Amino acid sequence: MNFTNIILIPLIPLAVFLLLGIFNQKIKPSVSGYIGVAGLLTSTLLSLNTAYQYFIVNGKVDGVYQTFVEKTVWMNFTDTLAIDMGIQIDPISVMMLIVVSIVSLMVHIYSRGYMKGDDGYTRFFAFLSLFSFSMYGLVLATNLFQIYIFWELVGVSSYLLIGYYYTKPSAVSAAKKAFIVTRFADLGFLIGILIIGYYTGTYDFETLNNPEGNAILNWASTSFMGLSVLTWALILIFIGGAGKSAMFPLHIWLPDAMEGPTPVSALIHAATMVVAGVFLVARLFPMFYFVEDGFALNIVAYVGAFSSLFAAIIAITQTDIKRVLAFSTMSQLGYMMLALGVSGYEGHEGLGYMASMFHLFTHAMFKALLFLCAGSVIHAVHSNYLKDMGGLRKYMPITNITFLIAALAIAGVPPFAGFFSKDEILVAAYEHNKLIYFIGIFVAGLTAFYMFRIYFGIFWGKDTKYEHSPHESPISMTFPLMFLALLSIVGGFIPFSEFVTADKAGFAAHLNYPLAAVAVGVGLIGIALAWVFYKKENNLADKMANFFGPLYQWTSDKFYFDEIYLFITKKILFKRVAAPIAKFDKKYVDGTMVGIGNKTVLASEKIKGMQSGKVQDYAFAFIAGVVILALVFIYLWTN
Amino acid sequence: MIPGISIYEILTVTSILFFIGVYGFITRKNLISILISVELILNASVINFVVINKYLYPDMLQGVMFSLFIIAVAAAETALAVSIIIGLYRQISSVEVKDVETMKH
Repeated sequence: MNFTNIILIPLIPLAVFLLLGIFNQKIKPSVSGYIGVAGLLTSTLLSLNTAYQYFIVNGKVDGVYQTFVEKTVWMNFTDTLAIDMGIQIDPISVMMLIVVSIVSLMVHIYSRGYMKGDDGYTRFFAFLSLFSFSMYGLVLATNLFQIYIFWELVGVSSYLLIGYYYTKPSAVSAAKKAFIVTRFADLGFLIGILIIGYYTGTYDFETLNNPEGNAILNWASTSFMGLSVLTWALILIFIGGAGKSAMFPLHIWLPDAMEGPTPVSALIHAATMVVAGVFLVARLFPMFYFVEDGFALNIVAYVGAFSSLFAAIIAITQTDIKRVLAFSTMSQLGYMMLALGVSGYEGHEGLGYMASMFHLFTHAMFKALLFLCAGSVIHAVHSNYLKDMGGLRKYMPITNITFLIAALAIAGVPPFAGFFSKDEILVAAYEHNKLIYFIGIFVAGLTAFYMFRIYFGIFWGKDTKYEHSPHESPISMTFPLMFLALLSIVGGFIPFSEFVTADKAGFAAHLNYPLAAVAVGVGLIGIALAWVFYKKENNLADKMANFFGPLYQWTSDKFYFDEIYLFITKKILFKRVAAPIAKFDKKYVDGTMVGIGNKTVLASEKIKGMQSGKVQDYAFAFIAGVVILALVFIYLWTN
Repeated sequence: MIPGISIYEILTVTSILFFIGVYGFITRKNLISILISVELILNASVINFVVINKYLYPDMLQGVMFSLFIIAVAAAETALAVSIIIGLYRQISSVEVKDVETMKH
């Protein structure tokens, strides 16, 4: 492999970030947009070249994709344990390179139109480049510590971009919330990393993931509270991944993150950063699978399944279109997690793994497309809320068609991309765990329903009177829409199982027609229901809402999870724990120190009169001292 | 050697002279008086040097020589001190200690 080219992929966005960041005020907005796009375009071309070289030309030896690693020691812990920096090229990292590149490039192009005239135009592109750099670094990482470093970097970029409109209090608090929640999860990740380093003596993915390696063969050597320590480590690492991927119950930051500009939501909170958790589990998949017979992997499966169901239910009742998409993202991420959770390792057994990666790929395309369409709509009507929209198909034909394609893709209608990946996931779930399969199929129906609910709500439904009639977005915004729509149509035909598999060997996947028919059927039912409810303006939806009564209210308030978190943090943590500790600290710890200082000052006030600066006073003190000493000595001598 | 007067009597006189000087140095408020008191202290020590030399080591001259040096140094010191006092007087029209306190800041 040509590593010189590969290392440029992350370094170019970094250079662009530094350039735009340092010369923020000096660069004209129009120029900075071009610089950002040009940088990403170069990276994209290099990524595509890398993918071509790897997947087609020289990645395969004896039918198995090889792992290429180039690394250098960065920091020594002990004689044997070191943190390396390097590049790892294997099927999933190359696939992620393509995903990140394409979505990021499209978002860059789109942002040139969407952010036009914004004050922080250059800053926006600088942060986008920083994010791209971090994400590339994350997917190319060779070891746990390197991935952790870039993991935090994407967290920071996400924070900066959510809080991009920093004069808006809601955006600022959303940024803080996202950062704190994911940081909290990352604590688990860090502890997991340290446990793995302590017990296996290495951070390298290659060594850790080797099925004949020390880490996997000796997992049972130490146990803690009934589970092997490595299982604990993997669960902790999964907590980190769940935080980033907005799995229940760490999902609360994702809906709020929609306060950021829409291109950011498309790039970070739909297609790339939020799949980092899925990527992490996939990266450590052999460990998850082999250690303690996949105990940690079962947790992944159930958390994923529950999150996907939970989020899909909430998505039905939300009225902010970006929030619907956010919950949809969470639901689809749960899908990927559950697919990993039910996966095996070798050959066709690893269908879930392959399906998860496939879904990650297709989801990135159509979800980014959905967000960009939503951005285009918001750009036109200046509102996020469904009630302000309706009948837009007449004004925005391109957005209408591309949104429809994306919605069909996510609903799993053939021949769009989502159909293929979703079908593989459902097959994998069906073969391993019926309960998860039924959750999956139910979620598929819900997905189709809520997605067409907002589609009909935006483009059909009531004819809203607009203050000034909305118009189609400029070409810089519609081009990415059309490009991603194209990928959402053809993406499903990529023979993914030949390229990305758990054991890297590749197998032939076939459509399972009965299961596919069921999935499509459920999806079509969802679409049909949405058609009945929302195609024309009617009061059926309100009737249903009244029928469900409190249940509807709970769902619409996201099952009060924000309130529960607020209660725990504010009422319990802050009031009952933090406040008394703060009081103790102020009163006793600080009090002692301040008291010592005050007493010293008082004492010095008392004695500072002695140092008058008058020579006569000093002479008096001196003479008096001498006289007293003389008297003492005389007294001693005479006795 | 003064016939009829022992070393103790002379040392008593110089001690009295010395402590008068010390008392004056501590209590006087006037710079010139302080200077005079310092002279008294110096003179008491000069007399001590001479007397101890003459009474205890009559065949030596160190004490006398030393007193000559002290007289010379004292003269120089006095000249210096008086010139400072005159300079001060030109500045602030006073030779009182309390008026010179500003110099310590």
